[in-house]
Amino acid sequence: MEKEKLQSYWNSNLKYLVILCSLWFVFGLACPILFVDQLNNFNLAGIPLGFWFATQGAFIFTIILLFIYARLMNNLDKKHGLEED
Amino acid sequence: MTTFQLTILFVGATFLLYAYIAWRSKANSTKDFYVAGGGVSPLANAMATAADFMSVATMLSVPGLVAAIGYDAAPYLIGPAGGFFLLGILIAPYLRKFGKFTIPDFIGDRYYSNAARTIAVVCAIFVTVTYLAGQMRGVGVVFSRFLEVSINSGVIIGAGIVFLYAVWGGMKGITYTQVAQFCVLSFAFLVPIVFLSILLTNSALPWFSWGGTTAGENVFLLDKLDGLNEEFGFKAFTAQGKHTIDLFCISLTLMVGTAGMPHIIIRYFTVPKVRDARKSVAYTLLFIGIVFTATAPLSAFARTYMLEALNGVAYADVPSWFKTWEETKLLAFNDLNGDGIIQFVGGAANEIKIDFDVTFLAIPQIANLSNWVVALVAAGALAAALSTAAGLLLVISSAVSHDLVKKQIRPNISEKSELIIARICAAGAVLIGIYFGINPPSFIIETITLAFSIGASTFFPAIFLGIFFKKINREGAIAGMLVGLIFSLSYIIYYQFMGGKEHGYWMNISAQGIGVVGMILNFIVSITVSRFFPKTPDQIQDMVESIRYPKGAGQAINK
Repeated sequence: MEKEKLQSYWNSNLKYLVILCSLWFVFGLACPILFVDQLNNFNLAGIPLGFWFATQGAFIFTIILLFIYARLMNNLDKKHGLEED
Repeated sequence: MTTFQLTILFVGATFLLYAYIAWRSKANSTKDFYVAGGGVSPLANAMATAADFMSVATMLSVPGLVAAIGYDAAPYLIGPAGGFFLLGILIAPYLRKFGKFTIPDFIGDRYYSNAARTIAVVCAIFVTVTYLAGQMRGVGVVFSRFLEVSINSGVIIGAGIVFLYAVWGGMKGITYTQVAQFCVLSFAFLVPIVFLSILLTNSALPWFSWGGTTAGENVFLLDKLDGLNEEFGFKAFTAQGKHTIDLFCISLTLMVGTAGMPHIIIRYFTVPKVRDARKSVAYTLLFIGIVFTATAPLSAFARTYMLEALNGVAYADVPSWFKTWEETKLLAFNDLNGDGIIQFVGGAANEIKIDFDVTFLAIPQIANLSNWVVALVAAGALAAALSTAAGLLLVISSAVSHDLVKKQIRPNISEKSELIIARICAAGAVLIGIYFGINPPSFIIETITLAFSIGASTFFPAIFLGIFFKKINREGAIAGMLVGLIFSLSYIIYYQFMGGKEHGYWMNISAQGIGVVGMILNFIVSITVSRFFPKTPDQIQDMVESIRYPKGAGQAINK
């Protein structure tokens, strides 16, 4: 029983990791580097969008993802009774 | 008061503050010395880590690089974000649960091998010493420019301060000093940018104002800058010049390298709980982000200003800041066509040679800001250099006193003796720092490239695989680290130091970006080799299992 519980905790953890890493790859790496030309056709408050991702956007999205991760995992700990006292 | 007096005042006051904090936080045990007793609050740790990460290169070189090459410097702007992301979700919480003192501790225990531990020690020392050399040199440059002492005395004064709090307080002293240093350096970085933003765009928020129009004209600042760059024969600021695959590989190398930097990873050993480690990483990136998202605006302002202020001006009429920086040899005018007028243009006709580091340091004078801003910038640059140097010193000292002496040479050593050895090693590391500050390798940028690539091709894969794949065994990990290390090292040495030419790059990947290829090789080799050797022992598999669950993380223990 204990073992199954731990396994389900770990599976949820891995699921979160895959989702967050994919989101990070898109906003933190693909937008500023791989799709920069396409995005530069758009303009965000005077800044070409792809260029904005490279200089500010990727950073902002990554910070948000890290806060989401901390929150998701802390809730997951609680759900499985694994939180520290 | 003159600028000089103000600088003495600011630098003196901050140094007194650091010394006071050091005096308050003596390390009484090895746990205090290596992980600050394990009781640092996540927010304080986040500030300390931000100061630890943001070095003299962040403050001086990155803004200058972005000003010079615009979009092509993107990897240096997104690198830290990706680095802390990978560190935060793939490494920090698990190593916190593991609960030991150093990275070689983890690698040696997880791969049940002193050979693996020794490889990790060698890599850790190599990475940190190269990094340290750059920091100490930065200390010397700031001292000599702003305080009119020789570079050598500057290095020794700076090292003396670090000596005080690193040797006396260990990680505990370093952590609380870094909190203060974070406040000093971020304030010193932002103040001149805000003033420059007001000057150029009438707005006090550089993060947004650089997208707006310039003061007094109805043009977007970035359009104007692109136009100026092209008019003078440079690549447009927002345009891409390098190959996409190269930019991609450099970015990933910096990210994975950051996630594998020993002095950054061990910071998360100092918080009490796993959930504190997660929270602390998020706050760290927030604090770093405040500075990094202001960097590109700063560079855009500075570049616009310089192109306009210098081009077509007669050399006889240059502003006074130009002369001051000429004396340091970081800025030079070479009148190629002999007309006495400055041509700051792209290509062979360019008559201005400007060192990246000048961009930020010279801004207060260029923009005619009050002299207290100049003094503030000096204090901030020193805070950035000293905080990073201290974090690095600790890694060097713990690698020797803990991972070599305690774990391998004399396992029965008492805690008291280990603490004495740790202090002696920290003192020794300060001496190494002084040596490199006074006799800097002429290739600091290249060696820092090496540091990141080695972090990316050895530590990151070994730690990541160690946590997520139980099947990776001793033989696999050792083979992987050696292959990654040797591959990256030889590629970089060939192209950076032995005159390898750019067109010879494999798949257009430059030496700066090769670390990620080393990482992939490490993964492939580790996984393949592991299949041919006995499987990971059960007790190690249990250990891997236990670090995956936060409950019962306990405190860092020394055994």
